[in-house]
Amino acid sequence: MPIGWEFLGQNEGVSSSAANGSEQFDEAAFDKRLVLRDSLAVAIPVGTYGAAFGAAAVGSGFSVFQSCLLSLLLFSGASQFAVVGVMGAGGSAISAIATGSLLGLRNGLYGLRMAPVLKLNGFKKILGAQITIDESTGVAINQESRGRAASQYGFWATGIGVYVFWNLFTLIGALGAQSIGDPSAWGLDAAVPAAFLGLVWPRLIDRKTKLVAILAALLAVLLIPLTPAGVPIISTALLAVYFGWRK
Amino acid sequence: MNALWIATLITSAICFLLKFVGYSLPESLLNRPIIQRINSLIPIALLSALVAVQTFGADQNIVVDHRLAGVGAAAIALRFKASFPVMMLLAAIVSALVYRI
Repeated sequence: MPIGWEFLGQNEGVSSSAANGSEQFDEAAFDKRLVLRDSLAVAIPVGTYGAAFGAAAVGSGFSVFQSCLLSLLLFSGASQFAVVGVMGAGGSAISAIATGSLLGLRNGLYGLRMAPVLKLNGFKKILGAQITIDESTGVAINQESRGRAASQYGFWATGIGVYVFWNLFTLIGALGAQSIGDPSAWGLDAAVPAAFLGLVWPRLIDRKTKLVAILAALLAVLLIPLTPAGVPIISTALLAVYFGWRK
Repeated sequence: MNALWIATLITSAICFLLKFVGYSLPESLLNRPIIQRINSLIPIALLSALVAVQTFGADQNIVVDHRLAGVGAAAIALRFKASFPVMMLLAAIVSALVYRI
């Protein structure tokens, strides 16, 4: 999904009001309305991008039902766009699964980060895991200045909010795209790479991240004629490992 | 079951397991800087590759067409801090115009 929080970043991003209001509240009592406002300020706009996903999925050959299942079950924007992008370009299911799963890896690290804050067990752990994404983690970390209870509340409010709106708008986008014929005539085929550009843009924060982005794009284009669809994308994960390894 | 169904269901299952496993691993893993660095670079590499392939790829050919105009418009919009929906709308409009000309 579109907002590129550095997940271990201390208190950056989401909303300036969080930092401004923090002195007024102690650990035990926090103002639910303020946290809810911050959560919905993220959840509603992000959720509406679900329409872009629904449209892209149908434009790539997925049925409306499959598009909605991806939002209900997969529920991680970048992975969802990757699955429909790879399949739409004629890639194999294995390429789509590998790319989508590699993009989903970071949610595992968000879970690692959120585990001591949320302390989940049983059914709540399943629900909490499913809504562990960029936005819920970002808001929760951002609310830590208001105490652990506020952080928990921000996590659930944002995660559930994004889940509801993202799924609703996926359906709207998918139904909309189904009713317009040729995707190219409506610019849908450019909207998908534009969505990826919007997802990666906020992550390009220094020379190294920009270098990795440019090299990955070049490598992928070079591999287009040489390898089956999907492989050019997954191969670039090696660049990430290489540059991550050597600092 | 066709490839679209396989991709939909298996990616969903794996991504849920990845989320779930995070809550069960030792927290000390997070303290390894190498894991943090690779974790923040993987989405950058994959998303950049997706931008490139979705812009220039057509089956196994490299083509320059209306999509590049749309993605170029998106880049300019992002450069000027446009919001996500505005950026995508611009990309679609510019690409559709070039395609129809």
